[in-house]
Amino acid sequence: MRQTRSKNVGITLFILLLLTPIYWLLNMSFKTNQEILGGLTLWPQNFTLDNYAVIFTDPSWYNGYINSMIYVSINVVITLLVALPAAYAFSRYKFLGDKHLFFWLLSNRMAPPAVFLLPFFQLYSSIGLFDTHIAVALAHCLFNVPLAVWILEGFMSGVPREYDEMAYIDGYSFPKFFVKVFLPMIRSGIGVTAFFAFMFSWVELLLARTLTSVDAQPIGAIMTRTIGASGIDWGVLAAAGSLTIIPGLLVIWFVRNHVAKGFALGRV
Amino acid sequence: MQKVQNNKAWWLVLPVFLLVAFSALIPLMTVVNYSVQDIFGPGQAFFVGTEWFKEVLTNERLQDSLIRQFIFSGAVLLIQIPLGIGVALMMPKSGIKGSLCLILLAIPLLIPWNVVGTIWQIFARGDIGLFGWGINQLGFDYNYTGDTLDAWLTVLLMDVWHWTPLVALLCYSGLRAIPEAFYQAAEIDRASKWAVFRYIQLPRLKSVLIIAVLLRFMDSFMIYIEPFVLTGGGPGSSTTFLSQTLTTMAIGQFDLGRAAAFSLIYFLIVLLISWLFFTAITHADKEK
Repeated sequence: MRQTRSKNVGITLFILLLLTPIYWLLNMSFKTNQEILGGLTLWPQNFTLDNYAVIFTDPSWYNGYINSMIYVSINVVITLLVALPAAYAFSRYKFLGDKHLFFWLLSNRMAPPAVFLLPFFQLYSSIGLFDTHIAVALAHCLFNVPLAVWILEGFMSGVPREYDEMAYIDGYSFPKFFVKVFLPMIRSGIGVTAFFAFMFSWVELLLARTLTSVDAQPIGAIMTRTIGASGIDWGVLAAAGSLTIIPGLLVIWFVRNHVAKGFALGRV
Repeated sequence: MQKVQNNKAWWLVLPVFLLVAFSALIPLMTVVNYSVQDIFGPGQAFFVGTEWFKEVLTNERLQDSLIRQFIFSGAVLLIQIPLGIGVALMMPKSGIKGSLCLILLAIPLLIPWNVVGTIWQIFARGDIGLFGWGINQLGFDYNYTGDTLDAWLTVLLMDVWHWTPLVALLCYSGLRAIPEAFYQAAEIDRASKWAVFRYIQLPRLKSVLIIAVLLRFMDSFMIYIEPFVLTGGGPGSSTTFLSQTLTTMAIGQFDLGRAAAFSLIYFLIVLLISWLFFTAITHADKEK
């Protein structure tokens, strides 16, 4: 059992190292700016919630979180709605140009956002969607939809065809079969896909920042405000950063048992 | 799985096709359109043909950041893949400890990328950051805002911190899929730890490892926000990667034509390398 023990020590050490930078952020968010700049302290000497109070009492701050939540949610819904039927088609049928289409979809996951920045801005401005949540949600579909199709296709391929055929024999129509029989079978796949769509939309900032100015500005863009003429307001910056970690933590708790499989695109 | 030929399946794919076409093809065509023009301002554009594409061969700024980009992506893969496999091998196999490890490992992946930059900006500072302070206390002269090597190492360390968990989680799920019987057989044969890893675990990890390499390559090649927040591309332009060079060119200097042409070439490079990986994945799928 010596081996298990050294393994446990190893993994504990790795996770501790992983969490240290995050601890430092948290630690800083509970300090006053005087303490932060005054010298290095391993934990807050004058524990304060002032930094968080700044965020929670100022609508221009907390609206950032709300905006991010709104466009992320819209994006997850759109992504799932369009990706589910498409993934089914890819997992069950051969059709004209299927392989090319699949790779073309994936190629959009590979498109560097920096390339699309300006055209996106012009496109959404010209159709009057600039600075709306829906614009960011649609833009994030560019990389989320291909990924969702890829993950779902992996999960769906794991369900034998016989189920489909049995349902037809039992007299189910296709839509009824899809919603009542098929979707419940790949529940975990849907959960994981939603998680991934959430995650990549939540962490992306470049497009979100470019497509918004005031009404739909994400929290990431608002955070740059802490850099003022008098230097950086470290305490508030740390508090705002700490708060962005929470939604992800909540979501991953729900899919913890399937998340590893999802990372492997349903392919293990 | 045996698939049936049915062209009606296009109806199921149509929504995805239209949606992605809207948000990919239109911007892409815009970029193509820019790439053959020299643009000075609204209404002041001149057709220059393939001039920008020829310039790619001579533009030093672009070539420098391309080389930096390749070194960076290479270093990322060389460190993160072995480290990720190692971490996955150490993780508890199941139970509450396993779930806990999974969630803790996934935390860095769920942090917005600009916040990742912020975390390291704070953490690595010599005066207020634990890491920077600690290194300085050990007697090393460390300053990521002033020294090129330090800046490089900090960006690299940040990326390792940020993305190694992804590789670890992928490998973990691959390892869980190996039937217990394989290990029992190995035990009967008195296979060494190394032999088990080399001949049982590693071959079974192949498909997840290809996915890991693909995802890590794509994302490290497109890295922008994290180094931008951490070092701003400096000192000098030592940590200015490709995305940042192009964005500065397009938005900062409004040199749209040149930036668009370079972007297209950039996209083609990513596409080509990813296509190789993708072929490898579908190939691995078939072998099963």
